[in-house]
Amino acid sequence: MSNQGPKTLFDKIWSEHLVGQREDGTSLLYIDRHLVHEVTSPQAFEGLKISNRPVHRPEATIAVADHNVPTINRQNIEDPQSKIQVETLAKNTKEHGIQYFDLMDQRQGIVHIIGPEQGITQPGMTIVCGDSHTSTHGAFGALAFGIGTSEVEHVLATQTIVQNPAKNMRISVNGDLPFGVNSKDLILYIIGKIGTAGGTGHVIEYAGSSIMGLSMEGRMTICNMSIEAGARAGLISPDQTTFNYIQGRPYAPSADHWDQAVEYWSSLPSDNDANYDHEIVIDSSEIDPMVTWGTSPEDVVSVKGLVPNPSSAQTENKKKSIERSLEYMGLKPGTKITDIKLDKIFIGSCTNGRIEDLRKVASIVKDKKIASHVQAMIVPGSGLVKKQAEEEGIDIILKDAGFEWREAGCSMCLGMNPDQLKPGERCASTSNRNFEGRQGRGGRTHLMSPELAAASAITGNISDIRDFT
Amino acid sequence: MDKFNSLKGIAAPLPIVNIDTDMIIPKQFLKTIKRTGLGVSLFYEMRYDNDGNLIKDFILNTSPFDQSKILVAGDNFGCGSSREHAPWSLKDFGIKCVISTSFADIFYNNCFQNGILPIVVSPDQLDQLMMAATNQIEFSIDLPEQTVKAGNHSINFEIEEFRKDRLLQGLDDIGITLGYQDKISAYEEDKKNKKPWLFKDN
Repeated sequence: MSNQGPKTLFDKIWSEHLVGQREDGTSLLYIDRHLVHEVTSPQAFEGLKISNRPVHRPEATIAVADHNVPTINRQNIEDPQSKIQVETLAKNTKEHGIQYFDLMDQRQGIVHIIGPEQGITQPGMTIVCGDSHTSTHGAFGALAFGIGTSEVEHVLATQTIVQNPAKNMRISVNGDLPFGVNSKDLILYIIGKIGTAGGTGHVIEYAGSSIMGLSMEGRMTICNMSIEAGARAGLISPDQTTFNYIQGRPYAPSADHWDQAVEYWSSLPSDNDANYDHEIVIDSSEIDPMVTWGTSPEDVVSVKGLVPNPSSAQTENKKKSIERSLEYMGLKPGTKITDIKLDKIFIGSCTNGRIEDLRKVASIVKDKKIASHVQAMIVPGSGLVKKQAEEEGIDIILKDAGFEWREAGCSMCLGMNPDQLKPGERCASTSNRNFEGRQGRGGRTHLMSPELAAASAITGNISDIRDFT
Repeated sequence: MDKFNSLKGIAAPLPIVNIDTDMIIPKQFLKTIKRTGLGVSLFYEMRYDNDGNLIKDFILNTSPFDQSKILVAGDNFGCGSSREHAPWSLKDFGIKCVISTSFADIFYNNCFQNGILPIVVSPDQLDQLMMAATNQIEFSIDLPEQTVKAGNHSINFEIEEFRKDRLLQGLDDIGITLGYQDKISAYEEDKKNKKPWLFKDN
């Protein structure tokens, strides 16, 4: 990458954070903010202790427990291993002087919800976390990516990471979004189009009028699932929508520095003639509300569509893969998606656990009841999302409709806590992964938007929001 | 960090595409605060039934593949979560090399932190190696020479030089970076002036 000539948003952030080259030819990239949670950090802190190394910049690190925490009765974590993990995070952060939002703190929540919510996430930053959905923060024009535990230790010890530049990909989505289509449908459609390895080695910049017309919440949903397209990170240019969202939040730049920060942030969008290694252009009018039918996020279909037939696959490998997915999912080829009957509804996660998502669900289920055979659960993304929803009366609407109203955490997105599917149970989920066993052994996940999940909770079948009155 | 130089042995064929890290090591095993002891839970849901009994016909439960040091797997191996528990569990089981047509970025990085060599081959080469693995032909992997040999097949693979060196020498990455402490401090001083809002104490 040269320093001359037009640059992409990614190129600009990269060159601003380059500390130098190591002798082995790799680049040392400075990390502005490091988010830490209980599951991928204990071994990193242990590594520091063994090597007798301090945390380089504790004040650039923020910790929270989210993956493992119960969403009911949280004063007492019953699972002894989960309890040890959460206590270990509390102990490690205290020992190293790292800010920690404990379980009783209203600011506790899913790490990728609270970063933006607190104003920690800002344009032009580099942000890492031992969690693949760190890509969420790219919605602010921050270069944000998931790392492994050894790299968590590296960042704690040095505030840098060893990297080589990624390739640039731009996906532009243009036009007004059709009725019933929103950010979740856009990103599911994109993953279906490019595949779960389509973004490997790349940072995807999302652009175009459909993307720039989204709220920050919608943009976060898009960037969140970049990892499901295999990308290292997702990025969206910061603009006035971004600045408005950040202003006034607890960790936002102070009044003294606000204008200076905005001036810098405004210089970040990609130059007009910047070069991309790959370009994809999508007309939003071709997108329907989307649902997954299989066990990979690329297994997507329009809610109006059918479960695919393995015999129509183009390669033998693909055919086998579809057969395996259908067997796991307990689905027959040719079944109408809207004929699929559900057992559970999960609304939450770092993909769709924000206040805007909860408002949409409430507007759909208001004065209605969920189907009698369905169990439905809402897990707000943070304590503050929960509080906001309660102030707006959203919790009452949801509880009246038959939803369980829980405390904040990752919950059934990955089922590390007691919130899990039982074998064979079928779930409409607003989360990000439909892998085999992800939400519980033998559990069957259909990924979709909060709007579709809400409509589906009422009918008990996967439902098209456009048919729903 | 563990070194890797060369390796000989039979390879377990796992002809499934998009093997994700949830499949490699399911969530219930992420509650550990240790790096070790995960091998017994590797591919848990494919290896054990609902009652925790071994599923006898799963490849890694059959002899001689239960002793495999090498795995040959379908496209896009290691996609999904960033959990380093995935390479920890492979390593603890005894697998030191995974061969596929492609790997997810985070998993690929995590392998090198744990002395595991991920090898990328073409789809045709993968088909050949999958067949060789199924037929229990001995594999011979040579990192300095960047070759995989199995029966009549001899395949050259690509690997970035710094990654190769790191595996061959078993280098401590943090130790190397701490050698650049002056540069890191200079960077921080410069940015404190230019972007003061990033250095406000949290």
